[in-house]
Amino acid sequence: MRSGKKRGLLTAFVAAFLFAVGLGVGGMTHPANVIGFLDFTGEWRPALLGVMVGGISVYYLLHRQILKLHRPVFHDAFSMPTKKTPDARLLIGAAIFGVGWGLGGICPGPAVTSVAAGSEAFLIFLVALFAGFLAAPQPKPKTARIALEVPPAH
Amino acid sequence: MEWADFGFALLGGVLIGFSAVLLLWFNGRIAGISGILSGLVRPTAGDLSWRVAFAGGLLAGGLALRLFMPSALPTTHEAHWLVVLVAGFLVGFGARVGSGCTSGHGVCGIGRLSLRSIVATTTFILTGAITVFVAGLTGVHP
Repeated sequence: MRSGKKRGLLTAFVAAFLFAVGLGVGGMTHPANVIGFLDFTGEWRPALLGVMVGGISVYYLLHRQILKLHRPVFHDAFSMPTKKTPDARLLIGAAIFGVGWGLGGICPGPAVTSVAAGSEAFLIFLVALFAGFLAAPQPKPKTARIALEVPPAH
Repeated sequence: MEWADFGFALLGGVLIGFSAVLLLWFNGRIAGISGILSGLVRPTAGDLSWRVAFAGGLLAGGLALRLFMPSALPTTHEAHWLVVLVAGFLVGFGARVGSGCTSGHGVCGIGRLSLRSIVATTTFILTGAITVFVAGLTGVHP
């Protein structure tokens, strides 16, 4: 369905637009708010907690209803993570992510959104972010659709 | 931002939640920003265009904020540019190895009550807090 695919581009754009506005309204674009949230021994800032509570609540309540549908509107199937149990790779990756996140107070969404302000620091962060993406060892297939095409190695 | 602004944070989170719901409903995808963006530099056939559209949407949202809510966007970063560079690399590397970041694990994953995401989010908040503590002591954070 070619037109469906094109409309899928529009919904991806709209979703990302909404995401960026949410980051801005929620204060996640300001590194000081992220670092302040992680600064449990200093002057603690609760903004990030509010963003997480709001986002998790909405997603928790609505994602089940959507997954009851046979398929997403513009695609043949949902692409969901298939791994269920934590492993060493997950822990090591998350630990490294946390160090970078605490150091800069920026995660990938705000990195792209804040580039719009024209700040050099965020451009530097964004370039380094993509370098990190490329330097990381390739993850194993993680979505159901890919898993169907490539049988797991074990 | 203090507790008085907690409402704005909550509203921002609700917008992010609806955005992630929209992407699942129409595109069948988890709104994990690091996963979507990294597909831009490691593209697979027929899987690139929606990622470009998504990145464009994030940028357009940033431009809208610049126009209508300029205080939402930072114009400088307090830390030295080398610190920002190292931070960006670790965030990108860690997100790929750990299969996700604050959005994919912290919002969508926890929202699906995924054990992996709950473990990942707890881990990066913990190492993030330790890093902020050490950076404060050593003067890396001014």
